[in-house]
Amino acid sequence: MVIRRLQNWPFDGFSGGVSELDQLRRDLGHLFNGLSRVNGWDSPAGVYPLMNVSQDSENVYVRSEVPGMTLDQLEVSVTGRNLTVTGERAIPDEQSDVRYHRREREAGKIRRQLTLPTDVDSERVQAKYQHGILMVVLPKAEKAKPKKIAITG
Amino acid sequence: MTTQTQDIQVRDKREVKSDAEQTTPGRVFSPNVDIFEDDQALTIVADMPGVPSENVSIDLRNDVLSLSGVPSVSVPEKEEHVLREYETGKYFRQFTLSEVIDQEHIEAKLNNGVLRVTLPKVGPAKPRKIQITEG
Repeated sequence: MVIRRLQNWPFDGFSGGVSELDQLRRDLGHLFNGLSRVNGWDSPAGVYPLMNVSQDSENVYVRSEVPGMTLDQLEVSVTGRNLTVTGERAIPDEQSDVRYHRREREAGKIRRQLTLPTDVDSERVQAKYQHGILMVVLPKAEKAKPKKIAITG
Repeated sequence: MTTQTQDIQVRDKREVKSDAEQTTPGRVFSPNVDIFEDDQALTIVADMPGVPSENVSIDLRNDVLSLSGVPSVSVPEKEEHVLREYETGKYFRQFTLSEVIDQEHIEAKLNNGVLRVTLPKVGPAKPRKIQITEG
């Protein structure tokens, strides 16, 4: 399995773009997580909820899949460059006379900290929860925004 | 701190392995579900984050229930990815039902990315007494 992965490594000019590298990075992350469970390290990756981070020139966007929560169960805070999302996902009990066939959905605490790629203006951070996705929009601090430099001849 | 709730563990989304090829691009994942039943109904609860209600389809034919959902586009083109820990894609999962379901009264609700489908059972067939007449 590992050997096949190595052979599939996109040496030819990274044609697959970022996503394949990401996939590899994730795979390695899982490998290390597997090891860390054995050795008892605590690695920051592999903590629920998983996050996708993107940016444009104005903002940093953090998205996370946390289905089935309510607004009062989620808490988002920003300190310096650290974004923290905490909460608790509750799955209410059904009536007692039901028989479960499958229980794959999990309830429990969520706690995630993420270091942001740039400084942000923590006063203007906005968070939105829609369709089970938490989206945090973090406006970049003025000094972190790209500046256009006029070139003089 | 005595009654501590456990932290939710990360689990990878399970990609659907299908013999038939997809006609549209993108990955397909199998949503996590809870399935339970009581005397009246069978209920399926599925996590489908990112899917708006208009993009859910529920189909029951020949005792096979298919749930599918397409998430609304979440990352605009102009944004550049910095970190990608999870993949996004369609959701699809099928179940074979052993009970006879009252198809007219299937109910589905979608709330914060959680789909809840209630499939009422058809009441037990009432024993019909057949009168035997002598003659």
